[in-house]
Amino acid sequence: MSELKEFQKSEYFENRELSWLQFDLRVLGEARDKNNLLFERLKFLSITASNLDEFVMVRVASLKDMVHAGYTKKDIAGLTPQEQLDRIGVGMRQLVETQYSTWNRSLLPLLKKAGIVFIPHHELLTESQAAYADEYFESSVYPVVTPMAVDSSRPFPLVRNKTLNIAALLKKKKGGEGKGTLDFATVQVPAVLPRIVELPRGENGERCVILLEEIIERNMSRLFLNYDIVCAHPYRIMRNADLTIDEDEAEDLLKEIEKQLKKRQWGEVIRLEVEESIDKRLLKILKKEFAVKDEVIFPINGPLDLTFLMKLYGMDGFEELKQKPWKPQPVPEFANDDDIFSNIRKGDIFLHHPYESFDPVVDFVRQAASDPQVLAIKQTLYRVSGHSPIVAALAKAAENGKQVSVLVELKARFDEENNILWAKKLEQAGCHVIYGLLGLKTHCKICLVVRREEDGIRRYVHMATGNYNDSTAKQYTDTGIMTCDEAIGEDASAVFNMLSGYSEPLSWNKLSLAPLWLKNKFVSLIEREIKWVKKGHEGHIIAKMNSLCDPVIIQNLYRASAAGVKIDLIVRGICCLKVGIPGISENISVRSIVGTFLEHSRIFYFENGGNCELYMGSADWMPRNLDRRVELVFPVEVEKNKERALHILKVELEDNVRAHILQPDGSYEKPDKRGKVLVDCQEQFCREAKEAAKALKKKKEDPAAGRVFIPRESPEE
Amino acid sequence: MAVSIFAAIDVGSYELELTVYEISPKRGICQLDRIRKVIGLGRDTYDRGIISYDRVDEMCKLLTRFKGIMNEYQVDGYRACATSAIREAENREVVLDQIKVRTGIDVDILSNSEQRFLCYKAIAAKENEFNNIIQKGTAIAEVGSGSMQISLFDKDALVTTQNLRLGALRIHQILERAGGTAVDKRQLIQEFIDNDIDTFRKFFLKDRNVKNIIATGVCAMYLGRGSQGDKQHITAEEFQKFYQDLRDLSEERIAEKYDIPLEFVSLIVPGAMVYRRLMEVTGAELLWLPGVRLGDGIAAEYAEQKKLIRFTHDFSRDILVAARNIAKRYMGDKEHSAILEKNVLRVFDGIKKYHGLGKRERLLLQIAAILHDCGKYISIRTPGECAYNIIMSTEIIGVSHREREIIANVVKYNTVPFDYQASLDKEMRIVIAKLTAILRVCNAMDRSHKQKFKDIRVSVKEQQMFITTDSSENIMLEQSLFTQKADFFEEVYGIRPVLKKKKGA
Repeated sequence: MSELKEFQKSEYFENRELSWLQFDLRVLGEARDKNNLLFERLKFLSITASNLDEFVMVRVASLKDMVHAGYTKKDIAGLTPQEQLDRIGVGMRQLVETQYSTWNRSLLPLLKKAGIVFIPHHELLTESQAAYADEYFESSVYPVVTPMAVDSSRPFPLVRNKTLNIAALLKKKKGGEGKGTLDFATVQVPAVLPRIVELPRGENGERCVILLEEIIERNMSRLFLNYDIVCAHPYRIMRNADLTIDEDEAEDLLKEIEKQLKKRQWGEVIRLEVEESIDKRLLKILKKEFAVKDEVIFPINGPLDLTFLMKLYGMDGFEELKQKPWKPQPVPEFANDDDIFSNIRKGDIFLHHPYESFDPVVDFVRQAASDPQVLAIKQTLYRVSGHSPIVAALAKAAENGKQVSVLVELKARFDEENNILWAKKLEQAGCHVIYGLLGLKTHCKICLVVRREEDGIRRYVHMATGNYNDSTAKQYTDTGIMTCDEAIGEDASAVFNMLSGYSEPLSWNKLSLAPLWLKNKFVSLIEREIKWVKKGHEGHIIAKMNSLCDPVIIQNLYRASAAGVKIDLIVRGICCLKVGIPGISENISVRSIVGTFLEHSRIFYFENGGNCELYMGSADWMPRNLDRRVELVFPVEVEKNKERALHILKVELEDNVRAHILQPDGSYEKPDKRGKVLVDCQEQFCREAKEAAKALKKKKEDPAAGRVFIPRESPEE
Repeated sequence: MAVSIFAAIDVGSYELELTVYEISPKRGICQLDRIRKVIGLGRDTYDRGIISYDRVDEMCKLLTRFKGIMNEYQVDGYRACATSAIREAENREVVLDQIKVRTGIDVDILSNSEQRFLCYKAIAAKENEFNNIIQKGTAIAEVGSGSMQISLFDKDALVTTQNLRLGALRIHQILERAGGTAVDKRQLIQEFIDNDIDTFRKFFLKDRNVKNIIATGVCAMYLGRGSQGDKQHITAEEFQKFYQDLRDLSEERIAEKYDIPLEFVSLIVPGAMVYRRLMEVTGAELLWLPGVRLGDGIAAEYAEQKKLIRFTHDFSRDILVAARNIAKRYMGDKEHSAILEKNVLRVFDGIKKYHGLGKRERLLLQIAAILHDCGKYISIRTPGECAYNIIMSTEIIGVSHREREIIANVVKYNTVPFDYQASLDKEMRIVIAKLTAILRVCNAMDRSHKQKFKDIRVSVKEQQMFITTDSSENIMLEQSLFTQKADFFEEVYGIRPVLKKKKGA
């Protein structure tokens, strides 16, 4: 590894948080892109907001922990935690500013043009609208809000993480005691009510909406009858309340923090968002009560918490302003009357979601559950949907007497409660449930069906890049393989044996598993390309993933680039690698695809001197994936499947609509489209999936298309 | 269904292993699944002589899970075998009973030679390579956690096998107890190993030419990691390089560099020391790692018994060659033994209806005939007792402990009066009596060691067994001695043996 030294300088790396902000900016770019439909732009804007929330809650919180713990170790880009926080602060402010200028200057006017009047302040309501709003308050809102005033006998209440609240200054009405002093009060905007309230239509038939907090603000006086309302403004806080320490952090840090755990400031407020026009006195109180400094206060020029835009997207009508919902196409290999196992026996099957339907994966488990020849089903589950048909099928299988083992990952962020619930259900049905592994998150996506057939035991395996979640499979682009290859079947059994706590197999046939082997596997694949270049061949690596920040991998990529290997990376999110460093990364290109579907598949191509190898899997090139998770990477073996995987990479590399190209200065720019045929990879994949399904249908329907004549039995009526 | 699913459980000294096989005449034995878990039973046994309750508990829990997996595959049959950790544990019977009661699994304790023979079968099941390797002088060296076994080939038959207490776990535990620096410890181990291996060289290896070593057992598992990939064939040079790394690097570093699970590194290092010394002493050029496990042998035997596969290698011949080799060491009369061997088999085959014994007993009788006079090497006055002791302390590969006891007793009672009260189980006593009767009669026929009964025919008529010879020589001596032996024969079989010269001869 000593030869990696020259590639380790901190200036060769981008800080991951700053790179993440770049990613959210790219999403924001989609919200600003005039070529996108209006409602799609609303959706993108909403996504940037929920992304940022998660970022603050997880990453900023984590950096805060480090600062509190006195941890000063620099990241790969050479920044201390405090330095990172400072820079993130600047970046977040820019991001927020852009979010709201997009909202105010572009989207609001466009909405109006489209026939939706968004009333930003209750003061702007017409008389009849105001009457409607007040009536709505009286009937629906009043019963569920809890006004809380603060005075000498009532302490400052607990304001909950991420909730939207209205703060107000109150003055006792004439005749009351303590005349002249101002009291503080706060009201939580009830989460049970829709944030968007539609008002009666305007004079020209335009639809009018207002936000719930504006209606409450307008009616504050009804909540505090003995007071005059001096002023009222919405605010929102985010606390450092994550019970678990972010797994992305280095181990020594985790230990450090554990030691400091007692000192940790539970519930510390790490962000306070307030309306820009907030009363100074009110802000002072909030600042004091939440013990926050100016650097975490974000004055907002517009409605707080833009995630309500997702709800706006859901408003009925305006179909011409929304992208037509995509209907996943049937997978050609399954378009026949054979059962799923017979179809897999014909050869490995490649799946590309959401272009192709996720149904075969659900069917795979479902058919296995009721197939009398199936002995066992084993599966990993990371995040599943609410009423998952897969969970139901697994329970059914256990009831049918199959051996069912399920590894349920409880540590899947934000999903914990949901997961425990149905894991219990599976257990009750008689499944053997493993509740994750100590110290490791199980991220691999694999399902093994063991079947006793005429000629012996046969194992069917599905492996994928995405979770067994039928609803996200409609939005995330993922790839998978179904196979009954013996060597993979044996490895799959070994994977589950390891997940059950048994020793590692004596050797692996084809699969590669993190945290034990995967990183070395990738490093050796990169090294092999270097060797090919040294032998005078061309070296080429194409890799598609969600994030790239593993220092060892990046250093090896630099080494490969310096040796002359051509490297094309398609990285949706964080990328700590820098391009265009002379002598280091001149042969590396990085692009990020941000589209209607969330790019999620991980595909790796290695030229291998002309005898190319393709892999897919669950792992990003991040330390957390390679070192602290159970991840699985599998080869794509059959020629036609290799072609398909490579095709995905090639089209994404040609994309000039959805792609953003990483520049040497760290920014991302869209490619120059002038004089070029527009390639929108997601759109193209949709088209291709449709054509494939259509061709199949045609073949089925058109009797003349076949080479066998079909004699008619009797004249048609 | 012509396909059979079989599970083998190896209750080893260092880890427990369940292997599920699919066996069919068409495809042979294919491994479906292999589940391993480290439970250091040997640590208990080698240290304290008994297996602790906690370990038994742990083992039962694991075996219950193994049972679940066997159900999952709906196995048609299984066999669970325990090796030295349980074999040597004083409380083995209680342990096995606990296992039976708690898991329903019957665990057989394998004698050392049975265990080695199973492994040998698994190696031989890899026919092409095996036959190729044994073209040159070959030794099989299995370094396990409790002991090591070295077996030598002569041409294509296994001639001798020796068990040395050079188990990796044992060595490791000595290391742990020993004080001193790492260098001191290494020195200590080296001497410990050299001592045993040199003894082996002096008495057994002699000037035998060994070019290939077949390495199996827990310590051979990762020896292939030294070179690129996981090689099965390693040259002496490659091995030397790997060995140097093992010697010089820390355990953590070895685990990382060669991708060996850390819990195995502490076994691999002493194991590699043993192999290195063995390669030095023999001058072997190649190490073959067939990667076979005990489970493979158990499956091979099952497959053979169920007639699902057939071996081309003749294992009985190995056993016979090994027996002859022992006879040679104790200077048995070769010509006499050869005749005796032939005659006991003739008699055995001639009275099949009367003894009701099978092929295996026939083999035991044959071995008894080969070894019948080895006791004379020690004492001419008490050859029976001496032979008994020699046989009981000499391993014959492929022969179980119980079978060896039968052979030893048959040889003993060939000269010592038969003891109907001997503390042996009934079944064994009857087999011994039947075989002894045949051996005695046939031995009496060649009392003069002049091979007068070279070609005999056996026939039974009216409660009499006629043994007819063409010999023209005088058979007075034999006939007179015969009477006494014939009495015992009659006691056992109810038929009276009669010696006859062929008419006109």
